[in-house]
Amino acid sequence: MMPAAGQRPDYEALGLTDAEFDLICEKLGREPNGVELAMFSLLWSEHCAYKHSRKLLRRLPTEGERVVMGPGENAGAVDIGNGHAVAFKVESHNHPSAVEPFQGAATGVGGILRDVFALGARPIAILDSLRFGELDSVRSRHLLDGAVRGIGHYGNSIGVPTVGGEIYFEGPYEHNCLVNAMCVGLAKRDEMVRAAASGVGNAVVLMGASTGRDGIGGASVLASAELGDGDEEKRPTVQIGDPFEESKLMECCLELLQRGLLVSLQDLGAAGLTSSAGEMASAGGVGIDIDLARVPLREADMEPFEIMVSESQERMLGVVEPAQVAEVLEICERWQTGAAEIGAVTGSRRVRVLRGEEVVGDVPVDALVDGCPLYDLDPAEPQGWLYGNADVLAERVATATGAVGDPADPSAILLALLASPSVASKRWAFEQYDSIVGSRTVRGRAGNGAAPTVSDSSDAAVLAIPEAGNAIAVSIDGNGRRVACEPHTGAVEAVLECAQNLACVGAEPLGLTNCLNFGNPEKPGPAWQLDRAVTGLADACTALAVPVVGGNVSLYNEGPDGPIYPTPVIGMVGELPDPARTAGSGFAREGDAVALLGPFSPSLAGSELTKLRGKLGPGLPEPDVDGVAAACAVVRDAVRAGRLASAHDVSDGGLACALAESAIGGGLGCRVDLSPLLDRGLPAEQVLFGEGTGGFVLSGERGALESLAAEGVEVLVIGEAAGEAIEIAAGEAQLSVTVKQAERAWRSLAERFELAS
Amino acid sequence: MARVRVLIRPKEGILDPQGKAVERALPALGFERIEHVRVGRMVELEAEDADRVPELCEKLLANPLIEDFEIESMDE
Amino acid sequence: MLWGVLQFPGSCDERDALHACGLAGEARLVWHEDRDLGGADAIVIPGGFSYGDYLRAGAIARFSPAMESVAELAAGGGPVLGICNGFQVLCEAGLLPGALLLNDDLRFVCRQVELAAHGDPPPPGGASARSRFLAGIEPAERLSIPVKHGEGRYWAPEGMLDEIEANGQVAFRYTAGQNPNGSARDIAGVLNEAGNVLGLMPHPEHAVDALTGSTDGLRLFEGAARSPA
Repeated sequence: MMPAAGQRPDYEALGLTDAEFDLICEKLGREPNGVELAMFSLLWSEHCAYKHSRKLLRRLPTEGERVVMGPGENAGAVDIGNGHAVAFKVESHNHPSAVEPFQGAATGVGGILRDVFALGARPIAILDSLRFGELDSVRSRHLLDGAVRGIGHYGNSIGVPTVGGEIYFEGPYEHNCLVNAMCVGLAKRDEMVRAAASGVGNAVVLMGASTGRDGIGGASVLASAELGDGDEEKRPTVQIGDPFEESKLMECCLELLQRGLLVSLQDLGAAGLTSSAGEMASAGGVGIDIDLARVPLREADMEPFEIMVSESQERMLGVVEPAQVAEVLEICERWQTGAAEIGAVTGSRRVRVLRGEEVVGDVPVDALVDGCPLYDLDPAEPQGWLYGNADVLAERVATATGAVGDPADPSAILLALLASPSVASKRWAFEQYDSIVGSRTVRGRAGNGAAPTVSDSSDAAVLAIPEAGNAIAVSIDGNGRRVACEPHTGAVEAVLECAQNLACVGAEPLGLTNCLNFGNPEKPGPAWQLDRAVTGLADACTALAVPVVGGNVSLYNEGPDGPIYPTPVIGMVGELPDPARTAGSGFAREGDAVALLGPFSPSLAGSELTKLRGKLGPGLPEPDVDGVAAACAVVRDAVRAGRLASAHDVSDGGLACALAESAIGGGLGCRVDLSPLLDRGLPAEQVLFGEGTGGFVLSGERGALESLAAEGVEVLVIGEAAGEAIEIAAGEAQLSVTVKQAERAWRSLAERFELAS
Repeated sequence: MARVRVLIRPKEGILDPQGKAVERALPALGFERIEHVRVGRMVELEAEDADRVPELCEKLLANPLIEDFEIESMDE
Repeated sequence: MLWGVLQFPGSCDERDALHACGLAGEARLVWHEDRDLGGADAIVIPGGFSYGDYLRAGAIARFSPAMESVAELAAGGGPVLGICNGFQVLCEAGLLPGALLLNDDLRFVCRQVELAAHGDPPPPGGASARSRFLAGIEPAERLSIPVKHGEGRYWAPEGMLDEIEANGQVAFRYTAGQNPNGSARDIAGVLNEAGNVLGLMPHPEHAVDALTGSTDGLRLFEGAARSPA
């Protein structure tokens, strides 16, 4: 397996720099052979080593009294009380999804599920954050369709409900779509298991599907010379997922963990066996021997390096005491899932790869897993707006109003915003997901007593946890465009948005996971964005006292037109004491008062309206983080006390859209006067359509709403929920659309873009 | 061992949305005048007793209520 | 009343079904490989993707040892309820007429739908009049129950459909505008001639708690548990 004398291995084709290769040689005391080079090239890649982001991530607060598992484990976990904990994490699968959206999204879901049940937590919810180019593009429609079907296929088949998510459409994602998948799982606090391998002499068992050539693509330069042209098909870049296989594997692993038969467990994801074995050994301070001859293979003629880097799905690696191996294999057999003892934990602190008796690879664990150099960024603020602009407002107004609307008329603008793909209802997608399996998803009746809705308008998903006697809430929110306007502020807003969504359902945040989707960190502009955004994330988490318990980074998202919007995606989990004491976002009762609560200071900078006008540019006003945190607490307590009929946070499209969404959700209009905001000197359009954090649209008894001001937050009673129209007075601007018109615009996505087949 | 291929198709008269979807997508790809697309399944197997294959088809491989099947020998 | 809920590799809704049955009696899981139904008086075949829906939904599950015992129970008049994938299994097993095909728009759909019970009006003395599952549910009564499936379009040849209707074997229909998958004659659920075997695509086990939706589904379980055998 050693390269021919005088011939340097092709490390450049594998993505390693000269300096990195030299460092590997130094750490090994010799040049790496083909197998070892493959292993290093993957574990020292950006995706596995976080070499451009790890130093930045150290800024994030990761501790808190509720933290059970922090960053570094397969997923993070927080204590939800009564002996229970929830594990959760978000991960990206951007590049595979751009190639093959169905399988890319499906295997993204599969991977994050494994990360969660590797801790011994039973997955109870999936959420997804998706970003594509504008829907005029055939490619974007194709990617959207494929990704939604893929998520549905995997999640539905394995019986874990997909309870929430978000989908955005912006030009900068045209060549680099984003598919971020989040999973939440439930476990008893003291029964969770870590990944660290331990116990010299313990067996290493590989469970699940057999190993094939999935995902090897890039490493194919290492193939032996006999393989010729046309063999690219043999090394597919796309991993194929099988949810049925994972269903069996998951039940099997959970049973093994429950019976105490596993010392530790790790999933096989990026870089397959190499990363799992390496990371388990590193975490445990031990070594691992792997015998490739004992790995169940899908194809008989696989080379050692292929087996070590294969990304075949639905596989887990476990450490088992020798006396218990037989029972483990028996239980796997009963669940009809593959299992083989493939190696052992050693005291060598090395990963040794064997083929029978022959040693085909031998590297120190530390060098492999932690030896990769970490790089500093060289950030420099970009000058001006990098992303282009397009004035489409007149066109959008024409489409939304049937060509009768005037782009200067606020009523027409409201309809255009509601119909805007990023704002519009995504029910078309959401209905393709089973959101109710497991019987935890709180739905309840819509405010007007109509049949219960599997809500696409509730701000956060609420899941009953009868085992612990309470409930959890989950929200996933990302921000790209606003982070591009101002990365620090945009990142802060993403965290505040999640917190507001949780507050609307009465939940207190316990922890957060994040996926950082950015461009090329070796370029100064994206580096600056990443640096500022991570600081923003850290500042917001510290101010809210919400620890980061895990996450993921996806860099190099750049296409021919430049980088994507810098996009941190935040997944936040909170707890609420009583699932019956929660609130929906739709107006509930004719005659209820409607109020605006919180330090809402609307600005058109970075807003959806500004985007439609083609006027996006750098700069955002700074949010009042403490003020928003205080407002969240007040709303949360009011929801829990049952004092509110509805609660909805103001986000995309501003206040007018938030009011319209509450009207549509409740099937009930409103009559509202925004003069108090105009009296502050804000122009009407800014008040109606300006965006920013800190705004809550609440409804309920007038006295109850007014009394919230006593808690020290700003409360403006602006009108009442009544009638069949959304009527908003903003000085000279008078906005009036019927709820039916608003709903038609809001639900127009599928039809306009022919997404229905 | 006899090598056998079984082709399974939706019965005539049953709505085949997969076939329809394929048919509808063709013109945009530049294929005109292609009609009557039906999407089915193909199963290949080796059987010691080829006479039992029809029964296998009736019982498991096809649902006779909604599908037709055709058995082909893959041997000479 | 002891309910047995079948569990196959790939079942998804068996725990939800177990919980629902438990609200109307005692309930236990029955592993697909067990011929012994553990003394169950009634059987539920739950939703999910048994055997990954490989070949055809329900095509492999219907050959399991447990299903042989279920067929015997059914032949003896015992109540058998097939939900979604369970409905598919019962059709494949020949315990119910017809078949379930891909939704006409080729998409999985998860949505609350409104059903009308018993057909409208039900034939007197027919299967639906005899069925324990429908005991306590008035003819043409509206129920709100969620569906979630990709292969739920009910189909049978015209002649068979006429017979099914004439015998009162249509247990539920989707009301106007509520048919999510193109099912023939808006049929959402059917009974066998004797009325003791019921298959339906909607999920009554997901309609037993006001917090997570409606409680209309509970009526089916309670009906079967309460009424005399």
